[in-house]
Amino acid sequence: MSAPHDSMTSAPSDASSDSPLLLANVSRRGFLIGASAFGGLVLAVGFPAALRAADAPKYGRDGMPDGWTDNPLAFVAIGEDGTVTIVCHRSEMGQGVRTGMPMIVADELEADWKRVRIAQAPGDQKRFGNQDTDGSRSTRHFFEPMRRCGAAARTMLETAAATRWNVPVGEVEARNHEVVHRQSGRRLGYGALAKDAAKLPVPPRDTLRLKDPSRFRYIGKGELKLADGPNIVSGKAQYGIDTRLPGMLYAVVARPPVYGGKVAKYDAAEALKVPGVVRVVEIEQSPPPAEFNPLGGVAVVARNTWAAIKGRQALKIEWNDGPNAGYDSTAFKATLEEAARKPGKVVRNDGDVDGAMASAARRVEAEYYIPHLAHATMEPPAATARIVQGKCEAWGCIQSPQAARDRIAKRLGMSADNVKVNVTLLGGGFGRKSKPDFMIEAAVLSKAMSGAPVKVTWTREDDLHNSYYHTVSVEHLEAGLDAGGKPVAWLHRTVAPTIMSTFNPEARNEAPFELGMNAVNVPFAIPNVRVENPEATAHTRIGWFRSVSNIPHAFAVQSFVAELAAAAGRDPKDFLLELIGPARRIDPRTLGDTWNHGEDPEQYPLDTGRMRRVVETAAREAGWGKTLPKGRGQGIAVVYSFVTYVAAVVEVLVNDKGELAIPRVDVAVDCGAQINPDRVRSQLAGACTMGVSLATKEEISFKAGRVEQDNYNAYEIMRTDASPREIRVHLIPGDFNAPLGGVGEPGVPPIAPALCNAIFAATGKRIRRLPIRDQLKA
Amino acid sequence: MVTLNVNGKTQQVDVAPDTPLLWALRDVLGLTGTKFGCGIALCGACTVHLDGQPTRSCVTPISAAAQRKITTVEGIGADRVGKAVQTAWVEVGVPQCGYCQAGQVMSATALLKQNPKPTDADIDAAMSGNICRCGTYSRIRAAIQRVAGQKGATQ
Ligand code: FES
Ligand code: FES
Repeated sequence: MSAPHDSMTSAPSDASSDSPLLLANVSRRGFLIGASAFGGLVLAVGFPAALRAADAPKYGRDGMPDGWTDNPLAFVAIGEDGTVTIVCHRSEMGQGVRTGMPMIVADELEADWKRVRIAQAPGDQKRFGNQDTDGSRSTRHFFEPMRRCGAAARTMLETAAATRWNVPVGEVEARNHEVVHRQSGRRLGYGALAKDAAKLPVPPRDTLRLKDPSRFRYIGKGELKLADGPNIVSGKAQYGIDTRLPGMLYAVVARPPVYGGKVAKYDAAEALKVPGVVRVVEIEQSPPPAEFNPLGGVAVVARNTWAAIKGRQALKIEWNDGPNAGYDSTAFKATLEEAARKPGKVVRNDGDVDGAMASAARRVEAEYYIPHLAHATMEPPAATARIVQGKCEAWGCIQSPQAARDRIAKRLGMSADNVKVNVTLLGGGFGRKSKPDFMIEAAVLSKAMSGAPVKVTWTREDDLHNSYYHTVSVEHLEAGLDAGGKPVAWLHRTVAPTIMSTFNPEARNEAPFELGMNAVNVPFAIPNVRVENPEATAHTRIGWFRSVSNIPHAFAVQSFVAELAAAAGRDPKDFLLELIGPARRIDPRTLGDTWNHGEDPEQYPLDTGRMRRVVETAAREAGWGKTLPKGRGQGIAVVYSFVTYVAAVVEVLVNDKGELAIPRVDVAVDCGAQINPDRVRSQLAGACTMGVSLATKEEISFKAGRVEQDNYNAYEIMRTDASPREIRVHLIPGDFNAPLGGVGEPGVPPIAPALCNAIFAATGKRIRRLPIRDQLKA
Repeated sequence: MVTLNVNGKTQQVDVAPDTPLLWALRDVLGLTGTKFGCGIALCGACTVHLDGQPTRSCVTPISAAAQRKITTVEGIGADRVGKAVQTAWVEVGVPQCGYCQAGQVMSATALLKQNPKPTDADIDAAMSGNICRCGTYSRIRAAIQRVAGQKGATQ
């Protein structure tokens, strides 16, 4: 396979070329669309904010900071040799965005993928639109703008060719990297047209002809190999931890072990004796709320990472732990349970739950516990920064390069114009790397070292001890069944420290975006529903973790549905379908969900027909209801999240010793049309694997305010021997002109409940506390 | 000063002799393909070959690697099996974030060189030391089987 894709242009080798970075390599070849206009025109077109009334509600890509742009001058450059450079402005962390996003542009541009190279955008949202790579939004928000970028550039090339030949533009057509005049058969390559095309104005959006989906070359095919694949398997790919600059120093930081703690005093004498250690620097603590700030602590700056690590071991630090020194997970579980057993803030209330409960033939009650989790990305947070002549340049594995840029600027007291943030590949993100605290650390240390380049590497212990953890929760559910086993009342109390506590210490209730993740927006055909949210106080940094509050909410809701089915003596799949009820499109606001993953409720209603279909598909493909030998069982769950529908059927085998094996999982997904089906499959399989891992093994716990898990021995990640033997992903076909759903996250939440429902089917044992660990052995 | 033979090239590294090979490769020699994941032999991200044996470079001091043949992911493509593994990884689309994959490639190559037709249980045994947080295990298994099924790839 030819591998036209260079490594990231924003890697350190290009560090000297200041602006316009993205075109630096290409411009040496002559060229291009937008060469002279780059920078000037970019802001002038394609920016939606001015077109909209300031106070109208903004949804989807319009509602994100800095919105979007479909300006080809920001994203496409063509060299005289015909090389097409396409900018990817979202961070690659395994979801395949550096393949998928440029592929969309290339398809509409009629570019030959073999002659496309990919450049990574630095953090610059004014130029590229929103770059926060989270919320499973990249493809869903940028499919259309990227199509228009490609179509606009294609139109410019066609216009240039028609002008050259002096024929009407309607007679020419772009086809596979050249423009053809239909009648005469004359043709000109993109390289030969680039210079002329660059002089043309960008065509207005409403004049663009988008391809008919039947003519897509790459979109929807899943045939292109991963753009970074060859570099990854040969060790050339550049991650945040791999940055190397001339004269670079290496740092590790001893951070406060307790959230809100700070250095009382420290003695660096022994550390400074370690060969290779250059300096010991205190990083000032930022008092809570943490926001995106570094936690502070004591940094050891050295000639190599190992010397820094050894130097840190030799530091003597006394900590002032502060008010969270008593945080204890065992005690906190009891606190949450107590709160969950008393009424709390009502966040949805349909009908008369108390009345219906009182007259129900039967009542069922269950409580679920889901612990803190850590992202434990294989690449720990790592960043490099240097300051030259009042300008800071940083490199890192960051999901939010604009936030990193703004926060570095603020901390260093510079204008953001003087800060440049380059995005490397991310060795996993899962939400951890949307917080730029580690990038600010690098900048602060560079400043302390008079601007010398400093790389900060987090060790695994640092990563597990000082993360932005997934919350911890108790989910309390009650239901009333009528004499026929039909649910007539549903009460859900969800109690969990909110992510908002990381920004506002007073926040004690779940935010609308957390409640809208399967606490309130449960679309069941039950007349009486009440959801309550008693308060909980955070004692550590709480953050986004792949699929966020859907994990605890859906675990509880989908486990409880199976518990009700068992109580009613019904098949869990049939019972689930009955609860979902007939196909209908529900306005999420009528379910108390004002958030709807940020999307327009008109465009994205909750569609129970689509939900039913993934349930039916997963069940059919898994052979639901087949006779299984002793110790085997199937479980099912369905979750709507990130405006995508995913159902999973997990098959388990539990032997006499209580050992769990997972021969097979069937996952059905309806995310709308799949732009790169191969990556959708790999994301869903990966999410399934992660879902099993967190359900079976993962837990972060605190004692005396400190995280108890140091490394992968205590914070276990599932390995290949325990992973499902077969994961079959079934994609529901979609319409390329209809709204898209998310892909990166929605595969996670159905796995834990489907797994525990399968364990119940196999053994009769109901798991209500995660992780499962050795509960089956008891 | 310790002399290391890396990917067929002899090089001097001037760091403390207890420095793990991982950091000498990455920080001194600039071979950043070998990754740090845990530092205590739990994750396999740092796997290199020492005289052909898969080895966790994060717990191997350079003093113990001197006089031995070190192969890293940057050099494994020179080996026929290594090349076949890299090709299969790309064809099957194994990587997600890719960070663990250098270690996975090194472990899989060592497995296939020593056992050209591994069973499922052999794969479990050889590959369970390598964590993939992205969950690419099923494609890793498929890629290993693909190489094993190719005539001449491993002999
Ligand atoms: S870094 Fe060596 S095994 Fe994890
Ligand atoms: S591909 Fe991301 S850790 Fe394996």
